[in-house]
Amino acid sequence: MSAAAKTLLDKIWEQHIVSPETAAEPAILYVDLHLIHEVTSPQAFAELESRGISLRHPERCLATMDHSTPTLAQLPGGGWAEIDGSAAKQLKTLEENCRQHGIQLLGLDSPDRGIVHVVGPELGATQPGMTIVCGDSHTSTHGAFGALAFGIGSTEISHVLACQALLQRKPRSMAVTLSGRPGPGTSAKDLVLAILARIGVDGGTGHVLEFRGEALASLSMAGRMTVCNMAIEAGARAGMIAADATTYAYLEGRPKSPVGKAWEAALEGWSKMHSDPAASFDREVHVDVNNLAPMVTYGTNPGMVIPIDERIPQPEDESAAKALEYMNLRADDQILGKPIDLAFIGSCTNSRIEDLREAASIMQGRQISSRVRTLIVPGSESVKRQAESEGLDKVFLAAGAEWREPGCSMCIAMNGDRAEPGQYVMSTSNRNFIGRQGKGSRTYLASPLTTASAAICGEIRDPRELLREEMSR
Amino acid sequence: MSEALVTVRSPILVLPATNIDTDQIIPARFLTTTSRSGLGMHAFADWRYGPDGQPNPTCSLNDPRAQDCKILVAGDNFGCGSSREHAPWALHDLGFRVIISSSIADIFRNNAVKNGLLPIELPAHAMRVLLDSAWGELEVDLLGSCVHMPDGSKLSFAIDAFARHCLLEGLDELGYLLSREDAITAFEQRLG
Repeated sequence: MSAAAKTLLDKIWEQHIVSPETAAEPAILYVDLHLIHEVTSPQAFAELESRGISLRHPERCLATMDHSTPTLAQLPGGGWAEIDGSAAKQLKTLEENCRQHGIQLLGLDSPDRGIVHVVGPELGATQPGMTIVCGDSHTSTHGAFGALAFGIGSTEISHVLACQALLQRKPRSMAVTLSGRPGPGTSAKDLVLAILARIGVDGGTGHVLEFRGEALASLSMAGRMTVCNMAIEAGARAGMIAADATTYAYLEGRPKSPVGKAWEAALEGWSKMHSDPAASFDREVHVDVNNLAPMVTYGTNPGMVIPIDERIPQPEDESAAKALEYMNLRADDQILGKPIDLAFIGSCTNSRIEDLREAASIMQGRQISSRVRTLIVPGSESVKRQAESEGLDKVFLAAGAEWREPGCSMCIAMNGDRAEPGQYVMSTSNRNFIGRQGKGSRTYLASPLTTASAAICGEIRDPRELLREEMSR
Repeated sequence: MSEALVTVRSPILVLPATNIDTDQIIPARFLTTTSRSGLGMHAFADWRYGPDGQPNPTCSLNDPRAQDCKILVAGDNFGCGSSREHAPWALHDLGFRVIISSSIADIFRNNAVKNGLLPIELPAHAMRVLLDSAWGELEVDLLGSCVHMPDGSKLSFAIDAFARHCLLEGLDELGYLLSREDAITAFEQRLG
């Protein structure tokens, strides 16, 4: 190993160190981009106000509304249905805070509004080599661009607002190398679920995961975002994938991307932002994804996941047994054929145009089972416009799905979109925690292809079956 | 600024489940607040209350002895999931000052120390003892970075020196960061 060999994490870290860490004090880490939404920021702004502190760099902040926003269209006379008093106050508070401090806000009427982890990349605000934070654990999504991006709490939000910096100990590094070619009917979601099956829901604690391998190189940026998005479900501080030609092609010409000479200079800098071949990681994990089958969760955390054609495993401990009890599932049963009540296609994990195209490829010319309610929630206004220009909305509506306005919706179920107690939801989101999609709700996490297939069939069905049918049609 | 935390002596409340996520600690439907106070009443809401809103008698958080517990002992990977600081706010509001587990999720741990809530990770053998010691008295000594176990033995724990300093003094990190403004300005000038 060469002494000079560095990981991508090392390189980004070094470029952002205001002062290095010592035994007594953490490093001060500079933050390039601060993403803000309505749920975790009001307490941070209030803290600044109570101490009379002003914002250091409002131009390094970008705010959107996504968590508690309605996904039903605006009422004919203006205003929104399904928005309760406290959610309305939260949205108004964000508006006021952004106005007062000069922060760009993608408000309810903005043509660029959407889920914070969808709009950041869409606008080109997310760029390789950056440090990016947000009061949201799925900030790891932005690591797909070769950035160091992680979730913070509200107190830390106030630190970034005031100082554009954070006190941090450097996380450990972990290389997650995928080998082999996944089988048909799979997508990025299945890859990351396979990673979670391998390393577990706390396998990444204290680490930044760098995902590598052939299966990732061929993924679109949407797919890479799906993988990095769920790094947090392994407990990781962040996930990242080094930028390459796919990344540059995605970013070129976006509203906040550099242009002209600045673009050339940026490319020059970005091309160095990868782990050196001789760099060593604190941990290295290999995950064989050759012939990977579609994956689906059966428990109450994302690590409780199996290939769709396998049987539900015996619980390893009491918590796993309780998870099966909550799901009302039995070990050794097949997961295939289990009925669902709702299907949700959306969230910062799987709400981009590529995800919607996959779902539409299954729904095209088919009818959703009469016992299933299906919500399709695009990640942003931009995704919604693109989907409508491609006629995907018509495919979904014809199949019997609901085509909604952008937002987090049923991933976190705090805007009125939710399952009832005991209902089963198949969901393209990221968390199958108890009650996550509504009190008493039961979640199966899967890809857009698998979720769309379950919506059509009214039960968990192997998407490869529907894809084969389609080919023979 | 939060109150200083030096020694905590109290009975322990045990939640043996592993992977207790922040959606359990504070369900998302309570996050439409713009305040950080008063969240204790919603902590573990779906564990403490049945569908009819009545207290669940089998939940240890509803046991009268829970009132006196300042130390929460929980299964592996406590606080995983979302970054919501509402989780430590709610636990603090419920009266907890110390969380002990074999592993505590990164963001939760970061959020906890900023709110006068001490996160402690102990090895599996000690956890087995504590998970079996519900309602037993425990003393946590942050000054000595050790736990006085129920059998009288003393067990050291590791904690970040800066977090320990802030908790012991009741200091907040923002004050410290603001005091380093010159360094931040110098860094920005280097950036150009």
